[in-house]
Amino acid sequence: MNGVTLRFGGVQALRDVTVTIRQGEIQAIIGPNGAGKTSLLNCINGLYRPQHGSIRLHNGAVRELTRARPSRIARWGVARSFQNIELFRHMTVVENLLLGRHVHMKHYVGTALLYYGPARRQEIRERELVEEVIDFLELQAVRKQEVGTLSYGFQKRVELGRALCMQPAVLLLDEPMAGMNAEEKEDMARYILDVNELAGVTVVLIEHDMSVVMDISHIVTVLDFGVVIAQGAPAKVAAEPTVIKAYLGDHV
Amino acid sequence: MSDDAATFPKLLAEQAALHGDRRVALQEKRYGIWQTITWAAWERRVRRFAQGLASMGFRRGEPLAVLGDNRPEWVISELAAQALGGMSVGLYPDGVLEEVEHVIHHAQVRFVVAEDQEQVDKLIALREAGRLETVERIVYYDPRGLEHYDVAELVHFPDVERAGEDFEREHPGWFDAQVASVAPTDTAILCTTSGTTAKPKLAMLSHKNLLSMGSSLMSLDPIKPRDEFVSFLPLAWIGEQMLALGCALQAGFVISFPESAETVRSDLREIGPRVMFSPPRIWQSLISSVQVRLADAGWLKRLAFRIGYAIGKRATERRLHGRRLGPLLWPVHQLADVTALRPVRNQLGLVRLRRAYTGGAPLGPDVFKFFHAIGVNLKQIYGQTEICGIAVAHRDGDIRFNTVGLPIPGAEMTIAENGEILLRSPAVFAGYYRNEEATAEALRDGWLHTGDAGYVEDDGHLVVIDRAKDVMEAPDGTPFSPAFVENKLKFSQHVEEAVVFGGERPFVTAIVSIDPETVGTWAERNRLSYTTYTDLAQKPEVYDLVGDAVARANADLPESVRIRRFVLLHKQLDADDEELTRTRKVRRGTINDRYADIIRGLYDAASEAVTVKSVVTYQDGSQAERQITLRIAAVDGRPRARPRRRLRELIGSGA
Repeated sequence: MNGVTLRFGGVQALRDVTVTIRQGEIQAIIGPNGAGKTSLLNCINGLYRPQHGSIRLHNGAVRELTRARPSRIARWGVARSFQNIELFRHMTVVENLLLGRHVHMKHYVGTALLYYGPARRQEIRERELVEEVIDFLELQAVRKQEVGTLSYGFQKRVELGRALCMQPAVLLLDEPMAGMNAEEKEDMARYILDVNELAGVTVVLIEHDMSVVMDISHIVTVLDFGVVIAQGAPAKVAAEPTVIKAYLGDHV
Repeated sequence: MSDDAATFPKLLAEQAALHGDRRVALQEKRYGIWQTITWAAWERRVRRFAQGLASMGFRRGEPLAVLGDNRPEWVISELAAQALGGMSVGLYPDGVLEEVEHVIHHAQVRFVVAEDQEQVDKLIALREAGRLETVERIVYYDPRGLEHYDVAELVHFPDVERAGEDFEREHPGWFDAQVASVAPTDTAILCTTSGTTAKPKLAMLSHKNLLSMGSSLMSLDPIKPRDEFVSFLPLAWIGEQMLALGCALQAGFVISFPESAETVRSDLREIGPRVMFSPPRIWQSLISSVQVRLADAGWLKRLAFRIGYAIGKRATERRLHGRRLGPLLWPVHQLADVTALRPVRNQLGLVRLRRAYTGGAPLGPDVFKFFHAIGVNLKQIYGQTEICGIAVAHRDGDIRFNTVGLPIPGAEMTIAENGEILLRSPAVFAGYYRNEEATAEALRDGWLHTGDAGYVEDDGHLVVIDRAKDVMEAPDGTPFSPAFVENKLKFSQHVEEAVVFGGERPFVTAIVSIDPETVGTWAERNRLSYTTYTDLAQKPEVYDLVGDAVARANADLPESVRIRRFVLLHKQLDADDEELTRTRKVRRGTINDRYADIIRGLYDAASEAVTVKSVVTYQDGSQAERQITLRIAAVDGRPRARPRRRLRELIGSGA
């Protein structure tokens, strides 16, 4: 990301933000409320269009993300989860996960109606992949339950699952552990680490729980009022005076 | 199929030759689908894995420890060790470090098969603490999370199988010679005893022991090759070995492994097993789930079940007294079965069940009655690990709720002068592994001394009172079984565990732990807010709720053993805290020591509460301490009048 600036009328959400996210790393973005963390993710996956600057994805080819539609960006391998759960509440876990496969599916209307031929083979292939994600996230027991009836922790896990079903190269997670208890957080941290280590997925993570951030991320970026005020290894960032100031204020 | 020279690996080879790839032997649910392993495939994998072990230096007669949930790899490893003349030692997957260490150390295990990262971590933690010198190889079969482990002992299961293929090319015919030279009297499994009093001992059970037990059980209750069995209880438990090895390899029926612990219920329902053997806690939890669902159901359904259940109960009483239902009751019962009872069985996944067994601990007569009334042919069996789990069982159509039945074919029983039950059969074990002292105590003149007190009724039915050392004397001098009183309490869906005290004391008291699920639902429905388990357990409303259950239990008990005071414990009894064994039997010694303050409070008429310091041990071994005040409740000693029954009828209910 190079010199990204995002304005909503007079409010500057992001001011000249330059961040490099390296492949295969877990990058945490932290900052006080309203610092522009979610806006940053929204710019990356194309929900917002910044007024200035460019966001480039080096994934085989170099792609410019600021002018692309979100669906196109998704197909390039950028998946995300949301701060407030955005699942289809009246569909089952499996159906929600299959939706994650949607971007990769070809469509044969005629054969799909008859559930025959290539459409059927494709359906089975996609289901296999979905089942692997279910196995990975230990969702077996709730596989066929409606998402709306599940506990919050499970819903968060399903949302991560849907993002994983896209087989992403980059995974954007907006507060994946918000509202979870210690045990659920630990599980979620384990899953994120596994995704990163086993599948080599680059993870960009917004999180408020500092112990989690310090434990699992390689690089931490601190935003305050739309400006990057610190960047680097977790321990280093935590010791930075500007960061302490942003979080705790001037006079403590 | 069983003959005198039979061993498990030989039977597997025979079944594989007979059925090849045409018939399924094992199936495991993965990725939402039942993945099958045929008889030939099972044999093939055993062959490869055994030779792989041999190429890594596994010696004849050596123990192989298996630590994990029920998966095909469990029984593949087990058979592989046996094919090499070795024996398997099952470890409980939820066991804490000390338990794992005790068994591995005691059996001097060099090779361990561990399921996944969780289990491997336990072994590595022990090894790094220098407490596991004997282990040379750890074979794992779920690689997730283990990719970056740099531990020399670790080997992936398929790699062992591949090494076995190479070994086979270099040594053709070696494996078959190994299998042929396994003698029926060789030890096949080292089975941990439950260890209610001490550390578990390892009982040496031979191929012959287990096979003779299997064939005599199946001569009573034939199991057909097309029958299905769901293996969801720990394979380290003798009951699971009984059916999964002892019976399945002879009868050739399918063993299904559920997807995960959370999906057991739905997987059970999908398979619809024909035969089931579970300890009482499973049956109790099934009842609780029926009770909870019933409470949530509409009035029409509740009414239908109540009527159907009453009819079922009446029909059961007739049947168990050897009488026919008659022209009036029969059609009514049929109707009740179709409309009310069968749907309940279906919900529980028991609709195809031909026979169900309970054993390992006493089951309350009320639980028994419930299952018979809804049409489940539940039978008590009695035995111990030392006699392959079964020696005495109910016969179809001759079931009495307070007895454990008659000896199975080939088994004899007698009562010693001190009231101890003695057993003799071809299934009696050879002794405890590396423990001659305990062996000499258990095996005298060919009789297995069970340590259980009991008596034989006029018609030959055995009644087990309790562990001989647990039998207490009521204040008026009559002997009574604490387990019997506890089971009365546990029939309440709100009571999870109960421990009764009496003996030399002036009256009977109990420590009760509530069931968080059912009491939680109850609290929700009654708009009672609570935070933690401890908070819930100390609510006056919950005390009233359990007080009712105690009064109800008291109504069925003779005057002298009625519970006068009880306390609701601030925590669930837990095997990790050594309060229960891994098979969930109460360790009375530990309870008496740990809760001495509470017990003192129970017998101090002046005290209405007691403060305890509680130390909680978590799975990772870390501990936390806190102080809690527990209320003590008194129960009115005289509940509503009921005709008194003879104590002898009430005492004792099973193994």
